[in-house]
Amino acid sequence: MEAHSSEVFVIGLTVFFLACIIGYYVVWSVTPALHSPLMGVTNAISSVIIVGAILAAGPQGFDTSKIFGLIGVVLASVNIFGGFLVTYRMLSMFKKKPKKSKEKE
Amino acid sequence: MVAILYLISALLFIFALRGLSHPESSRMGNIFGIIGMIIAVFTTLMFKSVLSYYEIGAAILIGGAIGSFIALRIEMTALPQLVAAFHSLVGLAAVFVAAAAFYDPVAFNIGKVGSIKIASLVEMSIGTFIGAITFSGSVLAFGKLQGTISGKPIVFKFQHLINALIFLFIIFLIVLFVINQSPAIFWTIVVISILLGFLVVIPIGGADMPVVVSMLNSYSGWAACGIGFTLSNNLLIITGALVGASGAILSYIMSKGMNRSIINVVLGGFGGEQDSSAGKDNSDKIVKQGNAEDAAYIMKNADSVIIVPGYGMAVAQAQHALREMGDILKKEGIEVRYAIHPVAGRMPGHMNVLLAEANVPYEEVLELDEINHDFPMTEVSFVIGANDVTNPAAKTDEASPIYGMPILDVEKSQSVLFVKRSMATGYSGVDNELFYRDNTTMLFGDAKKMCEDIVKSLSA
Repeated sequence: MEAHSSEVFVIGLTVFFLACIIGYYVVWSVTPALHSPLMGVTNAISSVIIVGAILAAGPQGFDTSKIFGLIGVVLASVNIFGGFLVTYRMLSMFKKKPKKSKEKE
Repeated sequence: MVAILYLISALLFIFALRGLSHPESSRMGNIFGIIGMIIAVFTTLMFKSVLSYYEIGAAILIGGAIGSFIALRIEMTALPQLVAAFHSLVGLAAVFVAAAAFYDPVAFNIGKVGSIKIASLVEMSIGTFIGAITFSGSVLAFGKLQGTISGKPIVFKFQHLINALIFLFIIFLIVLFVINQSPAIFWTIVVISILLGFLVVIPIGGADMPVVVSMLNSYSGWAACGIGFTLSNNLLIITGALVGASGAILSYIMSKGMNRSIINVVLGGFGGEQDSSAGKDNSDKIVKQGNAEDAAYIMKNADSVIIVPGYGMAVAQAQHALREMGDILKKEGIEVRYAIHPVAGRMPGHMNVLLAEANVPYEEVLELDEINHDFPMTEVSFVIGANDVTNPAAKTDEASPIYGMPILDVEKSQSVLFVKRSMATGYSGVDNELFYRDNTTMLFGDAKKMCEDIVKSLSA
């Protein structure tokens, strides 16, 4: 694996460009009315960076790297919970309304 | 096995975005996103090198509690600031993960301290650079949106030259860092990138914030990508690219909504010195002023009303009172619809969320190109807290800074009601000739108060 680091990079690059293209088409299909929830969701999923933070925080004992990792986990968790919850709140407001808008005569 | 689970997680994220193509499928999409995240986290916890479950669990609980608390408490009008604040956290997390990888490369399988692979060093420093810019840029955007910092663009001489020089300096530092792997240089890159993030957002004014917020959204994705390359983690690369693409497309849509290039918005300084020139040659023109009863009378006798909300509605929290007004009109048999300009508000889709919050059915809320041809057949346009997006100068006056911007053709409806606090110009600093037309009635006052008064008159 060590010997093929350039190969690993090229695979990463391939994945990157394909993902960009998927992102392009998927995002254009999002209805403009839901652009705010889109930001909420993308914000939450970009916190998948927590994966890196967990790896750093993983080993036993305490060193600089682990502390950085734990801080990363906290920051990313704020985003994951906050991002998904606020998106949930937004989306639940876009529910089809039952046809009896306010009984105010 | 790990690779497969990460792949499933990435696919779920794609479905999460795909779900947003329609309000009815969007909630399922959000659930896909959550499941994807849970899979990603648990897969990583299964790694042999990951042992400190208690510490990590505690960190997730702390972060999760803070995030949930904020997300459940936040007012929908404050969404733009919230999103900006969240972006800053992604940026900061990216910096910390990069730092962690730098201090303990063995844990990430990228070499040993002092002899980290060159490719990893480059990727790591790029991730750090973008992460730090995202962090400070978002903090500043948050300040501007929250009102803690003036929303006015701050411009000074040689601004862009200075930014360019700083950027070149950072590249130089990255090269240096790759050569000698010194912690001091790593942190210098962090500090200078943070500085650059501030400088990049400082010249951008309040109403350009939709572009900035989307742009920072994009950056947070690219930062995740950078870290993904460092760790050779496809899940991070895919997700980062999705988010990056999403933010970039939103920025593009927003800039197009203002007929400006992204470059032009980023260079900033737009609408800087409007105060002095405002309304200088219009001071002698006559403005027809009305009150809530007049507005109620005009709308009651119409067949169709199109409501055009803008940022002013959000500021005044007028959406609920507005919906109540719409309900009464609908009960009278009047067709009521809402027209949303792409850049209305302070983030993409801001108005749609506020109207949805006030229980306006989304079928009644239409985008610019869906409704614009209906204005000539409409009796009353009710413009509340919007200005520039209705200004006909965008079509007629080539000298106007907003020339070429797509506008909502409210001037084509039989009469226009403008709810505004004062005669002040909009963000662009351009006077709106619509104010002086015969069929325009200005309703001066707080947007919420005005709607409530109209509701009273309507039900009287």
